[in-house]
Amino acid sequence: MTDATALTPATRARSLPKVKGRAVVMTLYLLFLMLPIYWLLNMSLKTNTEILGSFSLWPQNLTFENYVTILTDEAWYMGYVNSMIYVVMNTVISLAVALPAAYAFSRYNFLGDKHLFFWLLTNRMAPPAVFALPFFQLYSSIGLFDTHIAVALAHCLFNVPLAVWILEGFMRGVPKEIDETAYIDGYGFGRFFVKIFMPLIASGIGVAAFFCFMFSWVELLLSRTLTSVDAKPIAATMTRTVGAAGVDWGVLAAAGVLTIVPGALVIYFVRNYIAKGFALGRV
Amino acid sequence: MQQKTTNQKAWFLVLPVLVLVAFSAVIPLMTVVNYSVQDTFGNNQFFWAGLEWFQEMLSDERMWNALQRQLMFSGIILAIEIPLGIFVALNMPKSGFWSSFCLVVMSLPLLIPWNVVGTIWQIFGRVDIGLLGYTLDALGIDYNYTQDTVSAWITIIVMDVWHWTSLVALLAFAGLKSIPDAYYQAARIDQANRWKVFRFIELPKMMGVLMIAILLRFMDSFMIYTEPFVVTGGGPGNATTLLSIDLVKMALGQFDLGPAAAFSLMYFLVILLISWVFYTVMVNLDKKGM
Repeated sequence: MTDATALTPATRARSLPKVKGRAVVMTLYLLFLMLPIYWLLNMSLKTNTEILGSFSLWPQNLTFENYVTILTDEAWYMGYVNSMIYVVMNTVISLAVALPAAYAFSRYNFLGDKHLFFWLLTNRMAPPAVFALPFFQLYSSIGLFDTHIAVALAHCLFNVPLAVWILEGFMRGVPKEIDETAYIDGYGFGRFFVKIFMPLIASGIGVAAFFCFMFSWVELLLSRTLTSVDAKPIAATMTRTVGAAGVDWGVLAAAGVLTIVPGALVIYFVRNYIAKGFALGRV
Repeated sequence: MQQKTTNQKAWFLVLPVLVLVAFSAVIPLMTVVNYSVQDTFGNNQFFWAGLEWFQEMLSDERMWNALQRQLMFSGIILAIEIPLGIFVALNMPKSGFWSSFCLVVMSLPLLIPWNVVGTIWQIFGRVDIGLLGYTLDALGIDYNYTQDTVSAWITIIVMDVWHWTSLVALLAFAGLKSIPDAYYQAARIDQANRWKVFRFIELPKMMGVLMIAILLRFMDSFMIYTEPFVVTGGGPGNATTLLSIDLVKMALGQFDLGPAAAFSLMYFLVILLISWVFYTVMVNLDKKGM
């Protein structure tokens, strides 16, 4: 850690306070990141009377009532179930089509490969706002409006390109000799791909799955536009808290906290790949 | 970089992706093109309008104002997030428990649903129940993001910095970690000071990932919708109505299909251009084997 700072004997003597400087910077930054999240958590454990009546840095009368409300009311918890269904569907579809394509891009030259690769990227970059209305009309006209599969397919717009790019980044790291040896040993393409190649890029598949899951989970505009009742995502359900009697802050905060949980649970496993995933497999 | 063989049969492997993305991208995009050159009197009766909508949009103050706000927003957040991200990356522990700890905590905001990010800051900034708003109010600072333009802007900018600076930091950190120790040893022999190490070793080596970070941040901030919409709803007035917010208002709110479609296409062309820059940078990086 000190190799960059301890340059000469003179600076080495001063390296101790420097390390502390680093710690201070990081502590301040992490504090800045955690404070708003803490505040949400804090509010979710208070009653509405306490939230609006007094100002306190931690709950005075700890209550889990807000969470109970969400977990027992079907209108609420179905939001989570709906989100989960289309997110998982989307992840499976994205990976299933992206795996062979990424293999093709990482191993072969073919007519138009570079243009195709670029075209995929433009879809990752496409603003959902542009697609909201046409998607609404497209899925309405084929009778898929307000179904999970509609949202799952719509999210493929940005998740398939993402998965292809990430997987291609991982696959190029696998030496080509492995493919050739397997073919000489008499493996067909299908058996080679599933039995030998996929285990080799298991971490890549995990990272791609994580990012597909995540981008589908955090997206709201398209999922809200394509659903009304049966497939309504949790993100859209959260607007329910605004009622005639004002906003139900406690429940709103609790719902927010619960949407952070899935990401927080798996984040540890992908911590070293976060940068790679966001940079489309290119770091 | 490995040598690739030419094999046209590889098209069969790409076919599923092609079909799926064509379904979810080409068909909707064609719908948009269709609307952009037609006009309607309702009842699904359309007639040819040529480039009328494009001309109307290009001479419309509304789009230019939204574009101006958008460029200002993207410019400000880049000017803050990139240097801050580099600074944080330089201060991160390079290995061990604390390194993992920082990585995990820093990634957390990246994984929060975008409307919840909006909700968090909407609550956090409220003068009556939010920590930030309450504190500022107690300090006697006039802060109210629902009525005051400056407060609204500060809120959405701080929110975006909170949300995405970690991404820049994580990318820069990945770049820093790839620098071989030999470079630092050489610098030590040359008695280079901290600034020179940064300027002549770390920065050039980070250039590639930083380009990616800048392009990603520009791109994503350029199409930001949910977060500012939840916090300010585009207000006060139109003060924080960015491009996407304006477009959704036009298309889904007022159902002005023609102008909205023309708007969409021009929006998309800008995105296409930036994507191309991004792609060129990526290809060059791949060639250098980074």
